[in-house]
This record gives sequence, C-alpha cells and structure tokens, in this order.
Amino acid sequence: MADLKIRNLQKGFDGHAIIQGIDLDIRNREFVVFVGPSGCGKSTLLRLIAGLEEVSSGSIELDGREITDESPARRDLAMVFQTYALYPHMTVRKNMSFALDLAGTDKQEVERKVSEAARILELEPLLERKPRQLSGGQRQRVAIGRAIVRNPKIFLFDEPLSNLDAALRVQMRLELARLHKELQATMIYVTHDQVEAMTLADKVVVLNGGRIEQVGSPLELYNHPANLFVAGFLGTPKMGFLRGRVSALHADGCEVALDAGCTLRLPAAGTLDVGSPVTLGIRPEHLHRAPPEQAQLMVGTDVSERLGSDTYCHVRTDSEENLTLRVRGDFTCGYGERIGLTLDLDHCHLFDADGLAVARAVRQAA
Amino acid sequence: MLTLKQSRRLTTWLVGLAAWSVALLLFFPIFWMLLTSFKTEIDAFATPPQFFFVPTLDNYLHIQERSGYFKYAWNSVTIAFGATGLGLLFAIPAAYSMAFFETRRTRGTLLWMLSTKMLPAVGVLVPIYLLAKSLGLLDTRLVLVLIYTLINMPIMVWMVYTYFKDIPREILEASRMDGAGTLQEIVRVLLPISKGGIASTVLLSLILCWNEAFWSLNLTSAKAAPLTALIASYSSPEGLFWAKLSAVSTLACAPILIFGWISQKQLVRGLSFGAVK
Ligand SMILES: Nc1ncnc2c1ncn2[C@@H]1O[C@H](COP(=O)(O)OP(=O)(O)O)[C@@H](O)[C@H]1O
Ligand SMILES: [Mg+2]
Repeated sequence: MADLKIRNLQKGFDGHAIIQGIDLDIRNREFVVFVGPSGCGKSTLLRLIAGLEEVSSGSIELDGREITDESPARRDLAMVFQTYALYPHMTVRKNMSFALDLAGTDKQEVERKVSEAARILELEPLLERKPRQLSGGQRQRVAIGRAIVRNPKIFLFDEPLSNLDAALRVQMRLELARLHKELQATMIYVTHDQVEAMTLADKVVVLNGGRIEQVGSPLELYNHPANLFVAGFLGTPKMGFLRGRVSALHADGCEVALDAGCTLRLPAAGTLDVGSPVTLGIRPEHLHRAPPEQAQLMVGTDVSERLGSDTYCHVRTDSEENLTLRVRGDFTCGYGERIGLTLDLDHCHLFDADGLAVARAVRQAA
Repeated sequence: MLTLKQSRRLTTWLVGLAAWSVALLLFFPIFWMLLTSFKTEIDAFATPPQFFFVPTLDNYLHIQERSGYFKYAWNSVTIAFGATGLGLLFAIPAAYSMAFFETRRTRGTLLWMLSTKMLPAVGVLVPIYLLAKSLGLLDTRLVLVLIYTLINMPIMVWMVYTYFKDIPREILEASRMDGAGTLQEIVRVLLPISKGGIASTVLLSLILCWNEAFWSLNLTSAKAAPLTALIASYSSPEGLFWAKLSAVSTLACAPILIFGWISQKQLVRGLSFGAVK
C-alpha cells in the first residue's frame, strides 16, 4: 500500500516562496509525473516528499501516517537522483545492498534481493565493479537497482534520464514503464520533458511557479487543458494561439472574431460576454490546408520541418501570430507563399481573458 | 640563426637550469646542516667553510648521552598525533555541517575562524601560561595537545571543508534515503570518499605540530618537551656549538621528512582512488 496525501504544502528558501500551497493525492500503484518548466519547484516538491528538505507549512501523510517531520530514513521511500549519486567507494553489489545492510537484514536475504534486482536490470556481470567503471546507462540502472532492493512504498525519480544520450533515454523510458508494470509499484517521477510525462504517466501533475496548474491523465490534459499554460506546455509542436473577441452568442456556442481576420462559430458553453477578449488555441494536427476559396484563414508560410513521417509547416497570420500545421511527410509548403487554412472547430480550445479554458459544448472523450 | 627546434631545446635547457638553481638554493641550508652535523666543532667553524673533511658521529653520540633523544622524539610523536586526532574529531563534524548544511553565516564563520590565525601568538602568552599554571598543566603533553589542537583547528576545518565541498551532496542524501543516520552517513559514506583529503589534512597537521616551537618552549621544560625544545636547548646556554646544533636539528627534522616522503605516495594514491565521479 502506498497512499500519499499532500495538504497545503508550502516551502520557501530565504523568504522566497518556492512551493506555494500544493494539494495532491497519489494512490497506490500510480505512476505520477511532475512536469513543468525548469525552476518551477518540481525537485523541491519531490525532496519535500522524500524528507530531504524541511517543510515550511502543510502536511504529508503516507498510508494515514503523518510523515511531515519524519527523517528520510524512516519514510520508507527510495529516490533515484539525476546524477545517480552512487557511492563511489563501493562496488555495484555493495551499492545495492547498503540499505539492507544498514537495516540489519539477514545475509542470505540480502543476497537474494540483490540477485533478483540484478537479474531484472541485467546487471549481473557488473556486480563487482565500481561505479566509475560503468557507463552512464549502467550507472542509471544501478541507481534504480538500489531503489528496487529496498522494496519501498514509493519510488521517487528526479529527472533520472536527463543525463543520458537521446537513444538511451528512449530505451530507459520503455524500461521504466515496464518496471512499473512488473513491480506494481507506486512511482513519482519528475521531469521537464513533456514527452516523458505523456508516455510514462498514469497521472500528470503540471507545475508552474510552485503551484499545480492541472492534474489528470495524459490525454485528459492534452485534449482538455484547463488553462493557457497547460495548453502551451504539453504537445510538440506547441499549440497555436490566436487572439480575438466574442462577437455574438448563440444557444449552442459563440461566434469569435479573430484578429487574424476571420470569424468562427465555436461550440463553447461557458459564460462569455459579447466583446470580451478570448484566445483560441489549435493544435497542429487540427489545422488543414485548403484552397483559398474554401479557406477560413489566409496565412503566409515560413520554413517547414520535414521529419519523414510528418512535416511541420510554420505559418504566420496577417496579425503576426505564429501557427504550426502538421501535414503528411511527403508534403511540404513552400517558403513565403500564401496558403489557405481550415480549422477543426470541434478541436478548438477557447480561453477567457484570465487564460482559463471555456468549457466546450460537446466534450470529446478523453 | 637558430632553427625552431634548436631554440626550443635551448628554452627547455634554460628552464631546467633555472629550476635546478632555485631547488638547490632552497635545499642548500638543509644540506649544509646535514654536512655540519658530521663535522667536529673545529671543522664547523673553519673559514673558508669546508666541503671535504673526516666525518664523525661524535655529535650524535653526545646528544644521545646528554639528553636522551628518544624521550623527546616520543613526546613529539604523541603530541603531534594526539593533537591531530583530537583536531579531526572536531574538524570533521564542523566541516560536515558547514559544507552540507550551509547557512547565511557559514562563509563568515569560516573567515572568522581563519582570522584568529592572524593574531600574534605572543599576545595571549601570559593568559594561557597562567591558565595552564593554575590548572596544573605546565610541562605536560596534554597542554600542548590542547593548544596545538586549537591553533590548527581553523586550518583543519578549512581543508576538510574544501574536500567535503567537492562531494556531491546527493551522495549523502542517497545514504540518508537508504536509512543511514548522521553518524553512519559520515563514517560509512563521507569519510571513505574523502579519505585522500583527510589524509592530507592529517599530514599537514602532523607537520605543523611537529615543527611548532613557540608554545612548546614556553609551556614545557623537561618532562613533556618535544624535539623543538631539544633543539633550542642546544642553541644558547653553552655557547655556540654549530656541529651539535646541526646534529640535533637533523635528528629533529629527519622523522617528519621521512614520514612526509612515505606518506606522499599514499596521499597521491588516496587522492586518485577516492576520486568522486
Ligand atoms: N536549497 C535551496 N536554496 C535556495 N533556493 C533553492 C534551493 N533549492 C531550490 N531553490 C530554488 O527553488 C526554485 C525551484 O527549484 P527546483 O525545485 O530545483 O526546480 P525544478 O526542479 O523544477 O527545476 C529555484 O528557483 C531554485 O533556485
Ligand atoms: Mg530539478
């Protein structure tokens, strides 16, 4: 069991509020990812959970036990650090058995657990080596192994893949996902990389400036971002944004006049007033090229990026706003041409003046 | 005209020459002390100075007979190791807290500690002498151990602090997550990683204690006197006996030089083996 309850958690360094009131529930066996831009307080939040930083105010509860002021040693959590933080003077075997040795675990039991972890992580041939004789990926595995042997209530990962090269990162990402399934463990994973967040998480927690912006499954967040920040943060290439004003209200939606020079009728159900400023968000896959006579929007093309499977065309509206559209890989837009676009109206996101999402009339299944 | 190759060789040669000159200049007094210690008192006074003479061990025998070299040497050893051990006992926890639990005042504290080294020792001679006297510590090894511990403390803390500073704090945090208490964290993780640095700190402290003369001269006389006090006892009261003075100085320097030379190899090994990656 591992149910974590965080209530109104706050943390400041030298009078600067870094974590500003976090409420969060993490349930048994969940893979939770904290994601957000660099410096938003992800690591600090994780370290507060781990007990490596002192809480300024608020509470942390694990399985009904208050652990806010408990020492890290007695929280029964394991952490994998970005820099691996292996003990340089110990062999791989010793690194993995250190916690068990400290706890006075029976020798045979230690041996069994280390072998088991070494088998899972394919570290068997490396057990007698010192950390400096290992490659980055191998060190990473040892760091994970060190956590596994302890069978902790929760695994904490702080950007564990960011020191690996791109190919290895993809491979380790898969392995972590597999490990989570195999161990049926509860994991909290910190990253600034939204691809890792999307691919690994059961539950994504988007942080910004020490506050939670939104919590939800990856697709929920992708399809229904609660605000402009989440909308812009998740997804590559980024969602495009167009400014405009509400020009008319209807029973089933509203009409929005965009600065870019067109008027769209959207199925929005939130409370809006005629004339209030709004921002329309649209993802690259929901923009389509259209012949000028059918187009809703005329834009000038900038450069294109060919990825093989897809091509991303960067375009600019007459109101100087940038959009990206995704087209087929064998397709490209010229440079400096004028082309017409249509928007998938069902997939347009509408945000009010405060940047909060306006509820859509027809909610797409997440 | 010189070719490029020739001029490069000339440069190398000149640099080598300069280096050797400086080295010889620095080494010469020690060499002369060693040489003089094997001369008779008459040879030692000869003008012009003699490089070639019939060597004798008389000076050494005389010293051993008159003073008993080993008593002083043993005092030096116990005082140096005692003060170093005691110093480490305080320096390690102090450096640990300053390196890994830094506060706004840590920097200031470090500088303040070092600033105590800038005061002239003689300024506190009278109070310390009186203190030692009323505690009945005059002419004991304990008083020198305590004094040396205190005067070397700032340097030991600084050195250990800089070595600790190089160790990623995550390694210690990992051990904390693994269930280590503070003492286990220090003994089983921190010290093994920094053993090269601790070794050089120990070496420096031993050398400083071994060579200290001011306090040993003022606070000890017969029972607890270390080698520095022995040298001093040959310098004035019986007139100037250059050969004997050289012999006793050689005897005082030899152990620490040999010790330094041996541990230098250990040190280099310790430093590279404990390298943190
Ligand atoms: N020990 C500390 N002392 C002072 N400021 C800190 C400390 N740790 C983190 N911070 C500050 O807290 C903010 C959040 O840091 P962090 O949690 O590491 O961000 P993230 O992991 O999201 O990139 C940063 O602005 C950082 O400067
Ligand atoms: Mg971080």
